[in-house]
Amino acid sequence: MLNVLAETASGEMLEGLKAIGAGLGYGLAAIGPGIGIGTVVGNAISSMARQPESAGMVRTTMFLGIAFTEALALIGFVVFILLLP
Amino acid sequence: MNSAVSSVDAPEVSIARDLARRALLVSPTFLVLGVVLDGVGGIISSGLALALVALNFFLGAQIISRAIAVSLNALYGAVLFGYLIRLGMMAFAVLIVRNAEWFATVPFAITLLITHLGLLIWETKHVSASLAFPGVMPAKPSTDNFQE
Repeated sequence: MLNVLAETASGEMLEGLKAIGAGLGYGLAAIGPGIGIGTVVGNAISSMARQPESAGMVRTTMFLGIAFTEALALIGFVVFILLLP
Repeated sequence: MNSAVSSVDAPEVSIARDLARRALLVSPTFLVLGVVLDGVGGIISSGLALALVALNFFLGAQIISRAIAVSLNALYGAVLFGYLIRLGMMAFAVLIVRNAEWFATVPFAITLLITHLGLLIWETKHVSASLAFPGVMPAKPSTDNFQE
């Protein structure tokens, strides 16, 4: 009986730890891209302020840069899905 | 920035449209992959991943094009908050369907990652070639000069 209780408790604990790990992993994976997107957009804004005539090209590059940076967050998202109990 | 410019003509919106068109082109491959990996559930999961990728691009482009019409500071804020909102949207969408019988994690994850990165690489190659807007490839240099 005690063994069964211990196994159940450890199983629930394992599920809980998995959920915490998934959430932490997703959160941590989102920090890096957040910093990266800030850098990309900050530099794009500087460029557009200095040379408004090149805004079209800067916006194109900025959008692609943002999307590439987001791929890192997506990897964290996939790990989150896979780890969820 | 000129607020008179419509968001339809914005470069990021044309890129997002181009990415969605390319996603449609590659979708059969991923749908077949989904069927092979997990049957009908796999095909629906792959389709969901494709739709999420396209929606994510569209939403990002719309946020940028609308914010840039307001001011550059608004652009900064909108992009960062938009990033959080889009991540939350994707997590919410998956959390809703993940307990459904048809949801297959592996085809979904593979399609999501490969489509996002693959489409971006494809688009970047295209944009680098055109140096301005997607879908406008520079014309091949004429060989007429060499024939003279």
